[in-house]
Amino acid sequence: MGRYLTDIHSTMLRTVVLRSLAGLAVIFGVVTLMFFLIRLAPGDPALLLVGPTATEEQLAAQREALGLDRPLPEQYAAWLGRFVRGDWGSSIATGRPVRAMISAAWPATVSLVGLSLLLSYLIGILVGAIQAMRGGRLDTALSVVTVTLFAVPGYWLGLMLVMVFTYWARALPAFGAAGLDADFLTGWDQVADRLRHLALPLTTLTLIGVGGTARYVRGAMLDVRNAPHVAIARAKGLSPLQVSMRHVLRNALIPVLTLLGLSLPALFSGAVFIEAIFAWPGVGRIMVEAVGARDYPVIMAATAVSAMLVVVGNLLADALTAWADPRLRVAEHSGGAV
Amino acid sequence: MGGSLFHDSRARFGLSVLVLAVLFALLAPLVAADPSVQRDIVATRFLPPLSTDLHGSFHLLGTDRFGRDVWARLVYGARVSLGVGILAVLLSVAIGLAVGAAAGFWQGRIGLVLLGLTDFALALPRVVLLLLLASLWQPSAALVIVVLGLTGWMTIARLVHSEVRTLAARPFVESAVALGVNGPRVLMRHILPNALTPVIVAAALGVGNAIMLEAGLSFLGLGVQPPTPSWGNLIASGRDTLVNAPWVATAPGVTLVLVVVAATLLGDAVRDQLDPASRRVSG
Repeated sequence: MGRYLTDIHSTMLRTVVLRSLAGLAVIFGVVTLMFFLIRLAPGDPALLLVGPTATEEQLAAQREALGLDRPLPEQYAAWLGRFVRGDWGSSIATGRPVRAMISAAWPATVSLVGLSLLLSYLIGILVGAIQAMRGGRLDTALSVVTVTLFAVPGYWLGLMLVMVFTYWARALPAFGAAGLDADFLTGWDQVADRLRHLALPLTTLTLIGVGGTARYVRGAMLDVRNAPHVAIARAKGLSPLQVSMRHVLRNALIPVLTLLGLSLPALFSGAVFIEAIFAWPGVGRIMVEAVGARDYPVIMAATAVSAMLVVVGNLLADALTAWADPRLRVAEHSGGAV
Repeated sequence: MGGSLFHDSRARFGLSVLVLAVLFALLAPLVAADPSVQRDIVATRFLPPLSTDLHGSFHLLGTDRFGRDVWARLVYGARVSLGVGILAVLLSVAIGLAVGAAAGFWQGRIGLVLLGLTDFALALPRVVLLLLLASLWQPSAALVIVVLGLTGWMTIARLVHSEVRTLAARPFVESAVALGVNGPRVLMRHILPNALTPVIVAAALGVGNAIMLEAGLSFLGLGVQPPTPSWGNLIASGRDTLVNAPWVATAPGVTLVLVVVAATLLGDAVRDQLDPASRRVSG
């Protein structure tokens, strides 16, 4: 059995290594694609920097200073070398170091996306499970709600919430992650201020996620309901609730966890719009601003960071799936029994 | 089978909404005044829904800050939004069919390369790509169609790939090969026609998604450019007047949601019809 466990562990290790390498390849591919796309597109950051009244010589000097006069492959090699070593350069538009900008921004994005992911899955699983277990009119009514949420564009829902809660009820702030007076607040007041700013963007992102998750959980549970093992559980005399919770929901959650990994890119995409609406100081807003200013170093760094976040999120979702599905972690429990 | 689709209330609702939307878009000049005709701004701006202006014309959904009729902009915007959504999905379907069919039919090295390409494209953050492409080139409806089409083909390629693989092992395909029919002809004549049904469902769902993304890009100012109305830039134009004219942003948003819900429900209903397993459990 010791030999068996070693084998299992080496297989798992190999899977983890292979998946990580594939993830690295994706990140590398994304940044390479972006590098050439933004340079092949029209638009010149040097021109934006020196302004339309500059002379040809000034423009050429600025391009040389930014390294934009050299051949593309050379620029790419130089950029990649510096990027891997952690030298991400400075913003062309503002002169700030890119790493400082990104490290200030990514916690805001991760906390917004992470919290909304958690909430939308909790609520979505609950709603989907209730629909599948109850059926009938409640199911139909909730289906109308979930399909509507599934169809609502995040930025519009955000606007509607701002209209109701900020302009009409005057209850919640619509912009930024903290109030202007945040630095003067202490203890709980500061926490409360943060939470109030988080409320609208988080609600928006969560609500649009709930629709898709609930629809998926409902479908997966209805599929599992007719599986043989569920019939056996019923025949054993388990109560309907026990059957639903232990045998249907648990098995239905496995594809849902896979969906979690697959939905991450979409969630980050959604977050870009939400950050733009609510002026949330995250990577998405930096990206939108940098794209407008042709700020190459910032676009590249923001792209690389969002690709990394997506890849890491996918690996985590895979790990969760392995944890939830006993068939994928034979090493710990059933090793002796098989 | 077509008959039983009409017994499904989701399909009836979805079809009616979509047909109505397309009809209004096609017949825009008959059901609304041309929104590009500029008239008396001061007398007609910010009129609430169901009001009549000083010149006696009726505004079903009110007017915006330039005195333009929201209903007219909505109907003319439907032409742009529906058109962009449908054309973008057609482009995705064309690319997805080609990639998926080739990968499923020539399963050796070609298949592996194409599948790798598909997985890589799936891992790209789509909106990031959309933002970059749309902002680096001059924004236009055509660019939005190309960009949405180029970033939306992967799910269709995967569906087609698995269908084609299954079909390629079926006796009728093997007999066609045995009769000496050449590869591309087997693929076009015998395999693809049988692989189309899940593609149709995915396309129906994709149209809703494409309309939403077009609106998102236009909302950020990277899509269809004003004064040409699209649902996205209508929502964006209502953003600044949420307080004194909330109907300007509300009307296009509600319309957008209705159309996407309709496309989703229709897609669900067709999928359940085509898949006996899911019909059993949802019935």
